[in-house]
Amino acid sequence: MSAALTEMGPYLALILVGFLPNEVWRVLGFVLVRGLDEDSQVVVWVRAVATATLAAVLAQLILSSQGALAAIPVWVRIGASCAGLLAFMIARRSVFVGVLAGEAVLVAGGAIWAP
Amino acid sequence: MSATTAAPPPRSASHAFLAGLRASLTSIFFYVVLGNYIGIGALSYQFGFSPVWIVLCTVLIWAAPAQVIVISTLATATLIEVAVAVSLSSVRFLPMVASLLPMIQHAGTRSRDLLLPMHLTAISVWAEGMRLLPSVPKQERAAFYNGLGCGLLFAASVASVAGFYLAAKLPPLLAAMLLFLTPMSLLMSTCSNIRVLIDGLAFGLGLVVGPIIAAQKVGLDLLWTGLIAGSAAYLVHRLREARSIGP
Repeated sequence: MSAALTEMGPYLALILVGFLPNEVWRVLGFVLVRGLDEDSQVVVWVRAVATATLAAVLAQLILSSQGALAAIPVWVRIGASCAGLLAFMIARRSVFVGVLAGEAVLVAGGAIWAP
Repeated sequence: MSATTAAPPPRSASHAFLAGLRASLTSIFFYVVLGNYIGIGALSYQFGFSPVWIVLCTVLIWAAPAQVIVISTLATATLIEVAVAVSLSSVRFLPMVASLLPMIQHAGTRSRDLLLPMHLTAISVWAEGMRLLPSVPKQERAAFYNGLGCGLLFAASVASVAGFYLAAKLPPLLAAMLLFLTPMSLLMSTCSNIRVLIDGLAFGLGLVVGPIIAAQKVGLDLLWTGLIAGSAAYLVHRLREARSIGP
């Protein structure tokens, strides 16, 4: 393994470069709003920011995928997302049906077009 | 003695915790997390980590993108590079924790009772929490959220160990399918959560603005997208509110 790992061991590395840099954002969110009211304007705004951030994460997961998903062409991933959303609407907003339909299209597309 | 208090006597915290735990079992995210963390467990096997390490990684970090980064770069990148990449991938937790706490805290809440909800906040727990918490009495929300989060975190821990042992046998198409569970379920569950204009607007704008900003390669694109799209949605919401109240 790399120098970093042999230097301090995988457990210490996990805490120093995995846990701490990740947790800092949770703690910042905690410190910033402790004591604020649910209906205050700042909280309404922060919630909108959180929802938009979630949407951006979602777009990133679909458009620039990692790992095994990256082997599937991006337009198959986008097509599968749209198919899933369409099935979700037709099935009266059933999350289960939507996820299933999206996965089915992804697998079909992947089986045909993935190298 | 204190018979004059107006609030109804709160049921026990363990009762609310169990209700949250039950909610996690019936949530679509329970199965999404299972599938997704089988993928992460398989990845940790490929990079030579132990099952104990991967469980600790899941419990301590509890963020799939950050875990993928730690697992796949720890062996090759410098420690600073890993730390920066992990931190950049987790900015979303700031607004998520910041919008969660006002929902679950009340006048008598001690800070230390909010530390576990803070740590349990991941994108799946937050999305389910936003959907379910409004129908839970305020006094019971923190315990309920803890139950929900612990249920999902437990599923993730079990799945990451299962994935570790399944790794050698996982065909690439199935692995891709497991990874695709997260964006699919986030998309549907967020769409079914949208009830007011500001939510739908923030979500739609984020989907459009996100890739545009990511393409500029300015860094911190999630943070910028959240601020720009979220603020725009908030502004529209305020303008409409002002118009409906005004003469």
